[in-house]
Amino acid sequence: MAAFVARRILLLIPVLLGVTVVTFTLTRVIPGNPIDLMVSPLASEETRERIAENAGLNDPIWIQYLRYIEGVTRGDFGDSFVTNQPVLDDLTSRFMPTFELTLFAMLLAIALAVPLGIAAAVWRGTWIDHVSRLLAVFGVAMPVFWVSLVAIYVFFFLLHWLPAPQGRISVMIPPPDRISGLYTIDSLLTGNWQALKSTVQSLLMPAAVLAFAAMAPLARITRASMIEALESDYTRAARSLGLPESSIVFRHALRNAILPLITMIAIVYGYLLGGVVLVENVFAWPGLGRYVYNAIASSDYPALQGFILYSTTVYVLLFLLVDILYVLLDPRVRL
Amino acid sequence: MEEPATSMLRSVNDPLRPGVNSSGERVLSIEGLRVEFRLPDESTEVLCGVDLTARPGEIVGVVGESGSGKTVAALAVVGLLPSAAHVSGGSVRFFNENLLDLDSRQMRAIRGSRISMIFQNPRASLNPVFTVGRMLREVLLVHSGLRGRKATVRAQELLADVGLPDPSAVMRRYPHQLSGGMAQRAMIALALSSSPDLLLADEPTTALDVTIQHQIIQLLLRLRKRQNLTQIVITHNFGVVAELCDRVAVMYAGAILEEAPVGRIFEAPGHPYTRGLLSARARVEQSSGIRSIPGQVPELKNRPTGCSFHPRCEHARDICRVSTPRLESSAPNHSIACHRWRELAQ
Repeated sequence: MAAFVARRILLLIPVLLGVTVVTFTLTRVIPGNPIDLMVSPLASEETRERIAENAGLNDPIWIQYLRYIEGVTRGDFGDSFVTNQPVLDDLTSRFMPTFELTLFAMLLAIALAVPLGIAAAVWRGTWIDHVSRLLAVFGVAMPVFWVSLVAIYVFFFLLHWLPAPQGRISVMIPPPDRISGLYTIDSLLTGNWQALKSTVQSLLMPAAVLAFAAMAPLARITRASMIEALESDYTRAARSLGLPESSIVFRHALRNAILPLITMIAIVYGYLLGGVVLVENVFAWPGLGRYVYNAIASSDYPALQGFILYSTTVYVLLFLLVDILYVLLDPRVRL
Repeated sequence: MEEPATSMLRSVNDPLRPGVNSSGERVLSIEGLRVEFRLPDESTEVLCGVDLTARPGEIVGVVGESGSGKTVAALAVVGLLPSAAHVSGGSVRFFNENLLDLDSRQMRAIRGSRISMIFQNPRASLNPVFTVGRMLREVLLVHSGLRGRKATVRAQELLADVGLPDPSAVMRRYPHQLSGGMAQRAMIALALSSSPDLLLADEPTTALDVTIQHQIIQLLLRLRKRQNLTQIVITHNFGVVAELCDRVAVMYAGAILEEAPVGRIFEAPGHPYTRGLLSARARVEQSSGIRSIPGQVPELKNRPTGCSFHPRCEHARDICRVSTPRLESSAPNHSIACHRWRELAQ
């Protein structure tokens, strides 16, 4: 197992190299000149030229690339043109807010989608199956930013149940002492109930909006793989042995249906990292999504490349985790 | 309660198993069983009045081509018909109870404890993510309330009883780590875990190699000898019938066309269809080659009028096209559903 994990982590190197080639080329090809950001619009042509020279932007692209790679191996992703901070520091400080948001969104989505998918499979063709299908269609069809706006309108503006988009915590309340970087966990650990309340309130809407989008594919895959498991020969045999229906559904069938579900959770989580860009902007969430949105809008090459490297690494590690879970959960899968 | 180690070999005089020792009694008695598949726009009768009985300790074979309704009949007995199928008539008596009157909870209590079933594809019949031991322990807990050490000991006994060497190693195995024969033995151990009165075996040897087939047949025979286990064996293989069964029912298009003791079927088959099936077998001494029955099993939604076999029957007359023959006794213990069996017997 350790050798397998080590091999897979080594495999990250060629993957990340490939990703840098693509992103480096793309960011150089798409229109937009970073010099415009780095200097005042009133600066002379000479100043512009000098700054471009200093930033290495006049060198041939492959020299720029090699210089970039050399920096990356030292943990230096370059400095953001916008924040003037090292990109790695920017990304690290914005990772935890996004992780907290997507984690809770995912947990919420799983908590809703899996029971719904199971119910739809067990009571196929009944109203519960149709409701689950309808929810899935809505979840996929409605853009997250629009759902965000509607949610804010209803739950903040009309009902006053939840606070206005205010980021991770109300501006009036100091954030909890940093332990994990997740406000919910930290405020729980420090017994800071005021911060916990505000954190949960702030988290609820954006997490629910993301969960709504993530639910659809999870509920569908749960339903499909539960149906397959419930119609299998081993389920018929288990029934012929007189086992209770609850055991057949929740142990025998679900235990098999969980495998495709895990893969789908990983895929959806990756998709969530994309959806979060829009949701973070609507909810003023100080995470990676907002950072990358600003990076795109301002041709901030180092920030953009850094983000893509970062999220590629998260992806690869996520799928490594899926493979490890498969080994643990499916006796047929061997390393 | 401590289960005696020999409980699989429970005496045939066990008062808990009524009727096992009274020879006239029937373990199973199916009468006029009708099953139809209902789809939104049409319904198709797949069993049209099946009669079948099994006496204590008897092994009854049910033979027929694919699609003749053999498996549907077995599933109807244990109440596991697919959701589109409905029993539309008849009765299934198990000792003195009509199983069709029982609700799903009562049926579940009978399944796996008094009536068990084994299937064609033994490895697919075992849950791929559970070990054999995990399955046995769950079944023992549900039906006998055994857990912990007692369950383990009992599970090992059951595996040893079906001829699996090294039971404790087999308990730790997953289905994909078993051969087909071992998987079928494990399935039989599961099916026999609470000493049922009746075993329904749906093509128990079809997916296995010939030598393994023979071993499984020997095992089923041994179970009858040891614990007087009544069995209904569904097969399309007359070799299995000859080796294993006492009596055989020939099914075609959802009805039984002939029923007789096994020796009699091979010596004096009465129905043209049975004759056709028997002459379609390859034989060592045979020189003239295999004769197949012309035509195909009819689609059940376009069942022919009259005798359902008449379109393929070389002896068909006008009456066969209009009137459905009933099973009638041609000799003691031998019944045939054919208008012309008397003429053909000569």
